[in-house]
Amino acid sequence: MNRTEPGARNARELLKAERRNRWYLFGSGLPALLLVLLTFVLPIGWLFWLSLFDANGQLTVENYTRLLEPIYVLTFVQTFKISIIVTVACVLIGYPYAYFMIKGPRWLANLAMGLLLVSLWTSLLVRTYAWLIILQRRGMANDLLMSLGLTDVPLSLVHNLTGTVVGMVHIMLPFMILPLFASMKSIDPIYNQAAAAFGASPSRAFRDVFLPLSLPGLAAGATLVFVITLGFYVTPALLGGGKVQMISMRIESDVSMYANWGAASSLGVVLLVATLLMLFIVKKSAGLGRRSE
Amino acid sequence: MSEDPKLSMSIDIENLTKTYDNFAALDDVSLSIKSGEFLSLLGSSGSGKTTLLMALAGFVRPDAGSIRFGGREMIFEPPHKRDVGMMFQSYALFPHMNVFQNVAYPLKLRGYSRADIRLRVEQALATVELDHLIERGITEMSGGQRQRIALARAIVFEPKILLMDEPLSALDKRLRETMQLELRRLHERLGMTVVYVTHDQREALTMSDRIAVMSKGRIRQVDTPINLYERPSNRFVAEFVGESSCLPVTLQDGQVRFQGRPLRASSATAGLKNPSLVVRPEKLQFVTADASDCNLLHGHVTDVIFQGESQLVQIDLGEGMAVAIRRPTRSSASDRLPTRGEAVVLGLHLQDTLVVGDEQ
Repeated sequence: MNRTEPGARNARELLKAERRNRWYLFGSGLPALLLVLLTFVLPIGWLFWLSLFDANGQLTVENYTRLLEPIYVLTFVQTFKISIIVTVACVLIGYPYAYFMIKGPRWLANLAMGLLLVSLWTSLLVRTYAWLIILQRRGMANDLLMSLGLTDVPLSLVHNLTGTVVGMVHIMLPFMILPLFASMKSIDPIYNQAAAAFGASPSRAFRDVFLPLSLPGLAAGATLVFVITLGFYVTPALLGGGKVQMISMRIESDVSMYANWGAASSLGVVLLVATLLMLFIVKKSAGLGRRSE
Repeated sequence: MSEDPKLSMSIDIENLTKTYDNFAALDDVSLSIKSGEFLSLLGSSGSGKTTLLMALAGFVRPDAGSIRFGGREMIFEPPHKRDVGMMFQSYALFPHMNVFQNVAYPLKLRGYSRADIRLRVEQALATVELDHLIERGITEMSGGQRQRIALARAIVFEPKILLMDEPLSALDKRLRETMQLELRRLHERLGMTVVYVTHDQREALTMSDRIAVMSKGRIRQVDTPINLYERPSNRFVAEFVGESSCLPVTLQDGQVRFQGRPLRASSATAGLKNPSLVVRPEKLQFVTADASDCNLLHGHVTDVIFQGESQLVQIDLGEGMAVAIRRPTRSSASDRLPTRGEAVVLGLHLQDTLVVGDEQ
């Protein structure tokens, strides 16, 4: 039989159709690609570009060498320290909260979710000022502590690290709980049943089965909280009372007080790189943990 | 069936009741399962078979009744103290553990030494012929492999009681039939008491020492596969197990009559409520009208269906009643099939003439 006849001709046509298809797919993805380029790649590139110029528009690396001064190093250290504290606190409060929403009675779980969402939908500024009022010298928190006899004199709960952390944890909690809740919800209860059937007590089943299966959600929530906290501005600025310095506040003062866009940009670049580095390390170690299990 | 007390344990269920919002999932169920027995709970969905199994495992708390393993009351014990092997319908293999860790889990909980765990897991996996996959992840396994791993996990600690919840239902037909025979051999070798839930009667008939047929939260009959098929004790079981037609008959002065003609029955018929004649397709044969060693049914052919190894001939008996007769396919030319519309006489042997009533 002649092999160039219909079979071979069809093969050529089919190849063309396949190529057309690929171009079509590329073409339909193009708008999204342009959008990403315009909204993410361009601004970050511009930020990096700006960080290479001083206040007079001269090319320089001064913006970066300046960051080695103790004041900046301290700010970086404090920013990471606060972020770690806030993340750990969110894990400690958020995990039981999400677990309760999964395992608790339906109406209480709905109530817990409702409260969480109302808090999430309330303006950040409103919640921050609310904490300012609650934590002030004659605020509700001190009233409560004194009426319980836990302290004789009002404690300074705000305009310091304590107040900053309390406010930030409250604002960050939904970002911890929501991914955690979603991940716990997807764990089939049959795994706990299986563990019990083979002899695991409820606490043992939690440790061996539920906890490891909820870790991806925990990692997602913790990462989200940590990254957002690194760049947090409003809450630490208001509740810290000038005593808590985070990088975001340095950026703000560089821009608004000194109009030094280069200095502010370099801070942004370093923060971005540090964050990416941190995420990379977390991802690596989590991956190692899973493999060695 | 072995009755070695080192290997197996008896199960005694008495007056077990469980009600969900006016729905009786278990309605006064009593059942004694002998040590080393393979007993199937057979029923359609909602019959209570899974509820009964989950009550044995401790995941369902009954409202009343007693469950004893080897004479010991278990009804108050939480699942993790019942020391039974369990196989779930969805297998419930832990996705964050590999094959070895899954199978080792019951041993780990029981405090076996590292070396002992290794040895026993390898043995259990060898039993299900998967020892070469020991370090693989669960997600890499096919359905049939998962089923075997779940089995290995259920038997690795040599439980005296093994509970199985439709463990083969997710497999394709061919694999399911192979696994039925393997499970049967495994049971003979290991000797533990097995309670096996299934909705597949063929599976139950193939594997079990005895079968408990359930419906609406109650046990309708407990018997060996042969007795269940040949001597169903009531109409529900007769219709549920195997193919059958139940034809209404009348009882007059101890005489059974079908369509006005007397019938010689092999079973006791006194006091039956709504008595019916149980007719299974393979028990019928074509006879001449003067045959005397069997009961005769008269009708005409409505359809002839070729089904491979056998043929099914549908017969209308009149008065809205119909039966089917099954004949093995043979090449013999003399084995003539009737044609549609032909009048035929069917014979039913006296010992196959079974009359049952509604359950009382």
